[in-house]
Amino acid sequence: MLDQFFEEGVALGLAQAGAVSVLVLATVLVARRQGIHLERESSVAMVRGLVQIVVVGSVLVLLLRGPQWTSVLVLAGMMIAGATIAARRARGIPGAFSISLYGIAFGSGVVIAGMTFLGVIEAGISFLVPVGSMVIASAMRTSSLALDRFHSEVTGHTGEVETKLSLGVAPAAVVSPYVETAVTASLIPHIDSLSSLGIVWIPGLMAGMVLAGTDPVYAAVYQFAVIAMILGASGLTSLVTTLLIRQRAFSAAEQLVLRAEAG
Amino acid sequence: MSSTAPVLRAERLGRRVGDLHIVKDISFELWAGDLLAVTGPSGSGKSSLLRLLNRLDEPTEGTVHVGGRDYRAMAPRELRRRVGMVSQRPFLFPGSVAHNVAFGPDQRGEQVAEGLVAGLLGRVGLAGYEDRDVGHLSGGEAQRVSLARTLANSPEVLLLDEPTSALDERAVLDVERLICSVLDEPGLSGIVVTHDRDQAARMANRVMIVERGEMVRIGPTEEVLRA
Repeated sequence: MLDQFFEEGVALGLAQAGAVSVLVLATVLVARRQGIHLERESSVAMVRGLVQIVVVGSVLVLLLRGPQWTSVLVLAGMMIAGATIAARRARGIPGAFSISLYGIAFGSGVVIAGMTFLGVIEAGISFLVPVGSMVIASAMRTSSLALDRFHSEVTGHTGEVETKLSLGVAPAAVVSPYVETAVTASLIPHIDSLSSLGIVWIPGLMAGMVLAGTDPVYAAVYQFAVIAMILGASGLTSLVTTLLIRQRAFSAAEQLVLRAEAG
Repeated sequence: MSSTAPVLRAERLGRRVGDLHIVKDISFELWAGDLLAVTGPSGSGKSSLLRLLNRLDEPTEGTVHVGGRDYRAMAPRELRRRVGMVSQRPFLFPGSVAHNVAFGPDQRGEQVAEGLVAGLLGRVGLAGYEDRDVGHLSGGEAQRVSLARTLANSPEVLLLDEPTSALDERAVLDVERLICSVLDEPGLSGIVVTHDRDQAARMANRVMIVERGEMVRIGPTEEVLRA
């Protein structure tokens, strides 16, 4: 219906964004009637999200005309931004930013580089940056989840941890059950995504490819490859993140330094 | 007290957290066969002192010598095997009693000598409990398993942090007697933290009184508690 009033392009996009915003506003108002106040958080997130994505879209326009190496810079910038966001969720963890950065950079870096080398991801900026960003975003979520889960497991079992240390057990062995729990918990969303692919959801990439005229079967298989890439990158990110935080949880004298935040 | 060197010697030991001195300038010696009770009001730094002795926390001042060696020069795992700790709550690990008792040597990849678990359980009055699930033990039994688990490491010094505070009155006396009998054996000394002066009098041959992180008195039990 909107396309009858607006021409294709930015105007139509803004009209569509406006329509969705009205829907969100209605949801916020319904929540408000129930005594749940989402006004401030929702409006900030909406405005912020819109500005960010428009800026990114504009930058992509410039990038697509730029040299190939700029995609590496963009992906590196995304990794740093992802680590900053993941670390913000991990207050109370010493060195959370560097842990997240190493985890995200290793997990997504290995997968993006390997898959680009094999030709699964096309090397062109217009393909590498969007697919790479999906991999990095998932690695960021995994890093957040792994940090948060490990932190809560260890701080929730301080007595058990220190009892094992008192018995002369190596710190790595002391926290191995919590490392396992954190890795598993951080990967559950990705495993669920993979197992529900095509049944519960049809991801945007596949929908876009089909709309662009790609053979639907190829689009479906390629979508599977992307989701599997995301799982692989997330698995590596989770492992690196938990192994690093495991080291930071203890001092050189094998004392537990990871504590629940006071107050 | 036949040995010429103390088993453990704290030298001007202290720990500061921010502006707060949790433990301040505490020096003492523990001799073979000693059972030293550390007593004082709640929050006076008794348990903090104990945590410094097996280096669960890092001293900000001073050090501890174990068998004549500065413990900062020892591997922490070796130190904690030699200076074992029994905490206020037993924190038993899911599984059988035998699994818990053999936990330390098992985790270090050491061969658990045949009969060790049964022998230790006999020593703490739980003969035949090997296959019991720890979820079905009483508070007193759980604390005994915790003691046996620490003894499985063959420590030279046993640190006990309010070991009876979570037990009922009858179990308190049983566990007290058990600890005293275990510490009667040669080659083992102990430090017990307790807020209860009567318990200190019943168990220890020496007493240290701690107030606001500082040692205010130490000496033979009767002498210190009568003062």
